[in-house]
Order: sequence, then structure tokens, then C-alpha cells
Amino acid sequence: MAGDGCCPLLSVTPTRCLVDEKFEVLVQGLCPGSQVTLHALTQTEDGDYWDAFGHYVSDATGSVKVSEHCSVGGSYEGIEPMGLLWSMKPVPGSRTGLRFRKKDVSIPIEVHISVYKGHMTEGFKEQTPLASVVAERWYIAPGIQRISITEKGIKGTLFLPPGPGPFPAVFDLWGGAGGLVEYRSALLASRGYVCLTLKYVGLVKDGKEHNVGNDYFEAAYTVLQEHPKVCPDKIAVMGLSFGVSVTLGMTVYSPVIQPACLVCVSGSHVMPVNGCLADVFAAIKKNVRNTRYDEEQRIIWRDLLLPIPDDPSKKVEVGRIKCPVMLIVGEDDQNWPATESAEDMKQMMEKAGNSHLLTILSYPKTGHLIEPPYSPHCRASNFVMAESKSKVVALWGGETVPHCLAQEDSWQKTLAFLKKHLYSDTSMCKL
Amino acid sequence: MASMVITNRSLSLSPLISVQPSRALVDEKITITVRNLPPKQKVTLHSLHQSEDKDFWEAFGHYISDEDGTVNMAEDASLGGTYEGTEPMGLLWSLQPVPGSRPGLRLRKMNVLLPMVVHISVHSGHIVHGFSQAAALATAVTERWFMAPGVRRVDVRESGIRGTLFIPPGHGPFPGILDMWGGGGGLVEYRSALLASHGFVSLALEYLSVDERREINVETTYFETAYQVLQNHPQVQRDSLALLGLSFGSSVTLTMAAYSKVIKPQCCVCISGSHVHLVNKSLFEVFQDFSINMPKARVDENNHVIWRGLILPIPTEPGKKVDVGRIKCPVLLVLGEDDQNWATKESAQDMEAMMERAGNKHLLTVLSYPGAGHLIEPPYSPHFRSSNFIIQQLKKKVIMLWGGQTKPHAYAQEDSWKKILDFLYQHLYNKPNASLQARL
Repeated sequence: MAGDGCCPLLSVTPTRCLVDEKFEVLVQGLCPGSQVTLHALTQTEDGDYWDAFGHYVSDATGSVKVSEHCSVGGSYEGIEPMGLLWSMKPVPGSRTGLRFRKKDVSIPIEVHISVYKGHMTEGFKEQTPLASVVAERWYIAPGIQRISITEKGIKGTLFLPPGPGPFPAVFDLWGGAGGLVEYRSALLASRGYVCLTLKYVGLVKDGKEHNVGNDYFEAAYTVLQEHPKVCPDKIAVMGLSFGVSVTLGMTVYSPVIQPACLVCVSGSHVMPVNGCLADVFAAIKKNVRNTRYDEEQRIIWRDLLLPIPDDPSKKVEVGRIKCPVMLIVGEDDQNWPATESAEDMKQMMEKAGNSHLLTILSYPKTGHLIEPPYSPHCRASNFVMAESKSKVVALWGGETVPHCLAQEDSWQKTLAFLKKHLYSDTSMCKL
Repeated sequence: MASMVITNRSLSLSPLISVQPSRALVDEKITITVRNLPPKQKVTLHSLHQSEDKDFWEAFGHYISDEDGTVNMAEDASLGGTYEGTEPMGLLWSLQPVPGSRPGLRLRKMNVLLPMVVHISVHSGHIVHGFSQAAALATAVTERWFMAPGVRRVDVRESGIRGTLFIPPGHGPFPGILDMWGGGGGLVEYRSALLASHGFVSLALEYLSVDERREINVETTYFETAYQVLQNHPQVQRDSLALLGLSFGSSVTLTMAAYSKVIKPQCCVCISGSHVHLVNKSLFEVFQDFSINMPKARVDENNHVIWRGLILPIPTEPGKKVDVGRIKCPVLLVLGEDDQNWATKESAQDMEAMMERAGNKHLLTVLSYPGAGHLIEPPYSPHFRSSNFIIQQLKKKVIMLWGGQTKPHAYAQEDSWKKILDFLYQHLYNKPNASLQARL
């Protein structure tokens, strides 16, 4: 570094952000017109390393400003302010089938951003960078309380914003992979909503795994509704993947669950009408012969629900929905027939006369896992089958650039949709 | 205009306070916005902080929400409170002890590994007291950090030196800064932590302990050793070093820069300091000489001690002040024109005259701030016109008058910090205006 007379200064502003906030990466003090590589590295909780990089040429002042300058190569190209995050992939030599998911939201994602001399594509670990900084990406804002919910046999986590409230709320349902996924709820709480995320797959009772009944969801929704800081008639339900089936089914058929609006990501309305979880799983299993595989033996499950049935008893009567619904679908979803389902739902609602409640956000070349903005894209990953516990690789679909654009755009629209229907002009709530 | 009293038993949804970024470095500007208020309503924005000493500090501003029910501190004017006008950072720099607090308090972060936590609330109406009893409409929490992620804190206890080293993330080597506070003594880390967050290895040096029984026997060699410890550090660029001092630390800085054969910095920053200082004497002798002048100390109407006259008139004899004509590196002097503790303005004028005569005046830059006092701290720190101080030599506890009025003092802190960073970047990184570019 002393040799070429340059002592570059690398900065990330702000150094600490929420995961849906942008940062600025700036390099100064390079020799004008010099080739450099900006590199981002993070280690997940599982110990795997993910990285991304972009090739730049410093301008006449010897600077590289990621939000304004063009990456001419690397894991992303063009003017991409957040490319160093969303284009991350597991580093060469990693285990296969990885997915980027934060489990512990109380600690941030730590990203090491470095600038290297020249246009490098590998060997970042062995080379000494010109400069390095660390950025923290948080799912949770300061002051948000995380509370484990175990009453009434429920297994969930509640995120509570600071202050007296009352606040609108979001009931957050993830997919068939199961587990208790907290990061989206933490992020929504950081935007002013009381959020309850629920574990509903893989629950154990009397030592045995069992499928929860509809009363489980109703009990959880009631916990949220009766919380002293929640405005009971300003609750949204947000579901992803299998969570959409639950969302639509509950909204239409449950007298208890009457949300103010719905957000349905990568899901379908195809399920036995008024059935419980067990019925839904059984119906899907019947179509298991429709499972396909791609050239790399990755499972494509989208056909398990196709063709969309005409039989009204085989799909949720979305014509009965009384609240605004936003459907977010990826047109390259290989896991769930989200596009076909959305189209069918639209027709059903048009027939029923409630299609004015429907908004569809349809994203080309976007896959199934539509996550918060700047999350890496996962085209396929390891999946453990619920009952057999066998390990497969599920194909989710999507191409990185359009998929990541969809994540960013759909999140902004989701926040705007929730704000419109939960923090509306009247801002009044019936306590 | 009648203001609607909104209590938290009402049917209104909570207003939303957004602080962006919610976790910021103390010198990063934040945007505070409140939404979902009733339109055209009188509201009070309030900040609350509990210090490490468990005292409560608060600030507040009076606003009127616009027709959309929004208050944006970056655009809207405070009509009253602890600050007035359009002041995006007013809730921080105008923090003051809550009514009923112990007198003479000063807010200083001692544990820099943790952030300063501030609660921002919005209250109905324009209120001026009783915030703890008044139910807030909404609250947000924001963290203020002195250390950027990746900065390392290392205790230094070697070669008789006592200090703390802060090292930026990355491989280095980095320019180094020897950071010295004033006569209050102790080991104060926050400025060094912040400097490391901007790419400098910074050594916060303790050279006057706060132990009541201590003997002041620090010699010039102590500072030279500290400088060498910094210089020899594997992550420090040996020929890219600066001295940064405040108050008495400035006198040390000027002395070393002028006379030391060991200390050869690229540049020096002297905040609220003076060159009036016995030359070639130990610190003990310096303080002794200083005590002789104690009768010149005055008190104001509140019995707060004013020391600015102690070094006046500026002596003309050599040996009584540092021969700044000998300094060979750029020097940045930062001073408050209402400094009641040290005659910094007169000192700066005298230094300028000496350097003019010696032919090295081109090395000098003076930043002189009207209305600012002695304690020119990192930006958005609260202002202390006076605070508790222990005069070690006399074993006496007084309230020292530092001077300054809050608003101009806050401006001086914000402006001087930018210029200090630019000065350091220019002379240590060869990058003028780097801090301006990084600040978006």
C-alpha cells in the first residue's frame, strides 16, 4: 500500500442499519482510474461464509461511490447501491443447498466490507485488502421487546414496539418448512406493528408430532387481539407459502379471525374447503405423483396443486373475503403454483364482486422465497420433509437480479399496504 | 387554536416516531419524524437519557403538526423548549439535567463499549415540565454509539503508560493520534473511540490520575514514551501521527511539538488550549506555578470559579510560554470566545504573533467560535456552562465556569469536529474534505 502512494479510506454510512435500510459504501483516496474490487463477507450463525463482490474503476477524484458508480463485473453489475448484500452467495467450497436465514434477531448480521486492488474474482481470503470496515444489519430496532408466547398451548414470539400504543398488529405465518421464524416479525415491529409469529408445523404433543387444529390459529390470533397494546380491529395476517393457505382459510371460515387486511406471499387458495391442516397435507400428498425434478434432481413441487380445480370444495372461497388482500407472486415460483392461483383467485373474486379488494403484485423471473429486501436470493436449498424427515433439495426458482428487485419492491409495497389499511387516515381504533 | 388533549385512554392509534438511523455514531446526524398525529396540533417532542451515574437528562421542543399530522425535526421549527428553530439534533445537544438533579453535573460516557440510549417521546400540548408524570403519546428508542462496528478497544499498560488504544477495523497500518484531555484527569476514552471509527488508531492517554492521593510527577518522558508506544504499534504508520489535546492537553501538545526530540507529529490539534505554560519543567512544577496565580481566580454571581484570568496578561518572557515559533508542523487551534476557564482567545492571538515573527505562521489555522465555551466536545454533546471540578492541588471541590451559550456552543462542536476530521485526513491521509464526502 505504501508503494503506490495511495492510502484509501473506506466508509459505510450508516454503520448500523435495519435490514431494509440502504447504506452508502464510499472509497476515497485511490489513484484516479484504478481498478478495485469491493467485497462483502458475512458468516452466518451456522458457520457458513457468504460473499459478494463488484468490480469498479475509481473516478477522477480517486473515489468509488457504490450508489452512483457502475460495477463492471462480479456477483452483480451496474449501478446497484445494495448489490454487495443481495448478490451474496455461499463462498466456493461451502456446503451445498444453503439458505440465508437469521435465527437470533437480537444480534445483527455483521458484514465485513473490503476494498481490494485490481479486479479479483476469487482468493479474497488470501489477499490483504487496501481497507476494511464492518457494517451491522439489524432485524430489530432498539426498544422492541421480544416476548415468548407459550399460553394456551401456543408456540410463538411476540414483538412489541416501545411506547403506550395502541398499535395495529400483524399475525405472521411462515411456510411448511416449519420452525419459529422471527425476522420478518421483528422487522415489522420495528416499523410500528405488534407482531406475532407462530410455529404451527412440527409441533409435538405427548411426545408425538401432531397437526394443529384450526383452534390453534384462533387461539393465537386471540392472544394478539386481546393484548392491551393492540388495536383489536387493526390486525393484518401475513402469510408466506403454506402460510397463505392458512391465512386464506382462516380469514374466510373462522368467525374469530377477522383481519383488517391480508398479505399473501407465494401462496395458493387451493386446499380442502374448511379443512384443517391435516386435511390440507393429506390433499397435497394425494398429488405426490405430480412431483417433478429438474436436471440437478431438485424437487419441483408446483404441480402438486395443479391443475387449479374447478370444484369449489377444493379451494378457499375467496369471493367471501371482506378485507383488502395483496397477493405477491413470483412468476418463476417452482415450489407453489402462485401465479396460476393468483389468476384463479382474481376470477373468483371478479365473479363474486369483491375483486376491488384484490391487489396482485406479480414479478417476472422471481421465485418462491420472497424475503425482506437485500436478502440473498436462494434458487434452491435443502429441505427436510415434514413426516419422513428425509432430506431433499427443493427448487424455489427465480433469477437473482429480478428476484432481488422483487424483494425490494414488494417490501416497500407491503409496508405501504399495511400502513394504508392499518394506520389509515381515520387512525381510530375500537377498543 | 384550541389544542385537543389526547390521553392514552383515547381511541387514537399510536403516533409513530421514526429515528433514522436508530443506531448511529454520535457524530452522525439522525432524522426524527413523528407521523399519525392529529393535524395542526400542539405537541412536545421530548428526549430522555439516564447517565451511567444514574442521573436523568432531558431536552424538549415545542412543535405544531402539519395538515398530515406530521412533525419532521429536519424541516420544522421548534417554537420553544430547550432549543428553538429548525434544529434536527436539538433533542441531543440541548440535553440538560432534569429538575431536582444534583448540581454541577457533566455528561460523559465512560463505557464506550455500550451505546448511549435515548428515549424520544411525543406529548400532547406544549409542556415544559413534569414529563415523567405526563403520559407520552408514543416513544421510540435510539442508540448513540462512540464506537463503529469492528473498532477494537485495547488496554495499554506498558512502559509505565496508562491508556486505552482504539484500532479501526481492517488490516492497517493506520495513522495514529495521541489523544490528551485536560486537568480534570482520568482516562477518558470516548473521543479516541470516535476517532478510531473514522480510521485513526487513537491512544487515549491518562497522565493525571483522579486519585486524590496522587502525586503529580509526570515528566516529559511520559508523553514521549506514550508517543513511541503508539508509533511502534504494528498497525500504526510510524510517520503519520498527530497530537490532539483539549485544555491542559493542548499545552502538553504545544510543548511536545516545540521541544521534544522524540515527538515529531505530522500535525497537531489544540482545543481550548494555551501556550502559556512553564517551559522545560515537570508537570508538578507547572501546576505549582499555576497555584501561585490562584489569587487571580474570580467567581461569578453563582460562586462559579472563573480561571481565565490566571494566565493573563499573556507573559512576554521566554520560559513562561511555549516558543511556538519552533513548531514545524501544521497546527489547528480551536477555541470558544466565551471560554471562562482559560484565556484561549488571547493565547491564540499571542501565538499568531509569535509565529508571524518566527516565519511559521502559515502552519497555523485558528477556528474561533463566538458564544462557545471551554469544553468543546464531539458534536451533539450537551453543553455545560459550568460543572463540578476538583482542584487537585488545593484538594478543593468547586463548580467551574466553562462558559458558552448552548446554541452557539453546539454549533462550535459540530463545525469544529468536521474541520478537525478534515484537518486530520488532509495531513495524515492526504485527503482534504474526506469527511464532508463521507457525510451524505
